[in-house]
Amino acid sequence: MSLIVKTITRLTVGLILLFGIYIILHGHLSPGGGFAGGVIVALSFVHLMLAFGKDTAVAKISSNLASNLESIGALMFLGVALLGFLGGSFFLNILGKGQSFKLFSAGSIPLSNIAIGIKVGVGLFAIFLALVILEKSKKEG
Amino acid sequence: MELHILLIFMILGAIIAIEVKDLLSSVVAVGAVGFALCLAFLILKAPDLAITQLVVEILCLIILIRATIKRDLPLVIEGRWVFNTISTLVFMAVFMFCAWLALKELPRFGEPLMLVVKKYLAEARVSTGAANIVTAVILDFRAYDTLGEATVLFASVIGIMAVLRRPGRKKNK
Repeated sequence: MSLIVKTITRLTVGLILLFGIYIILHGHLSPGGGFAGGVIVALSFVHLMLAFGKDTAVAKISSNLASNLESIGALMFLGVALLGFLGGSFFLNILGKGQSFKLFSAGSIPLSNIAIGIKVGVGLFAIFLALVILEKSKKEG
Repeated sequence: MELHILLIFMILGAIIAIEVKDLLSSVVAVGAVGFALCLAFLILKAPDLAITQLVVEILCLIILIRATIKRDLPLVIEGRWVFNTISTLVFMAVFMFCAWLALKELPRFGEPLMLVVKKYLAEARVSTGAANIVTAVILDFRAYDTLGEATVLFASVIGIMAVLRRPGRKKNK
């Protein structure tokens, strides 16, 4: 890509990633949540890949690391669900509710949001990576 | 009781589908299992799932039958137009009557019943502590649904990686 695109990407990609993390962490306070924030996080990496090519993005998150992180996110969400068994039933919100409208409130809901955010973000990026690798190997082969 | 009969029927159908030699009979047995599952959803008071299951089952059955039959089935309509027309009209009348009965029970347009939502709106902030009620519903009241949704996404990512991985590996060698 051209110099303009590279410079703009260098300036904005961190902000996009930060905005995705903000959406995930404030899912229980403002509109958004794990799914929407995860897509924004994935888009920041896709942005990086579009501007600087596949190798730069893979250096940040390799395909294997993406698969592992996605599995970790799924298991973490299941772990939050199983945490409810300490209080008696599946998905019971046993952590402290806290004061609403504060960042640390609502018990296990932020934890679930973080787990879904990791899962969705890394999963979408893994799909994009797999499609790019397929396209490259088709061109070479 | 009806549920147990249906479950036994489904197990028998699945065994027949595996054991029978003819491919078309196997597909028909699989279809019978699917329709029994649809009835089971209806008995368990999940009509929305039953409708989804019915539609998917019909689609799968058509695709599977089309895939298993080698030659085209000729459509015989000559000389039977009286019977065909009368049966079409009768089925249309039956369908219209059932639809009229069902539509009469629906709430009027623009006046939803909101039986469950009222409870969520009233209690969500106090009982979960989350200010965003949408998040409170999808991650607390209906978290089980969200777990299923996340599982679907996980399975689709695994499927895409499995399908697309082979060219990537060839390149490394």
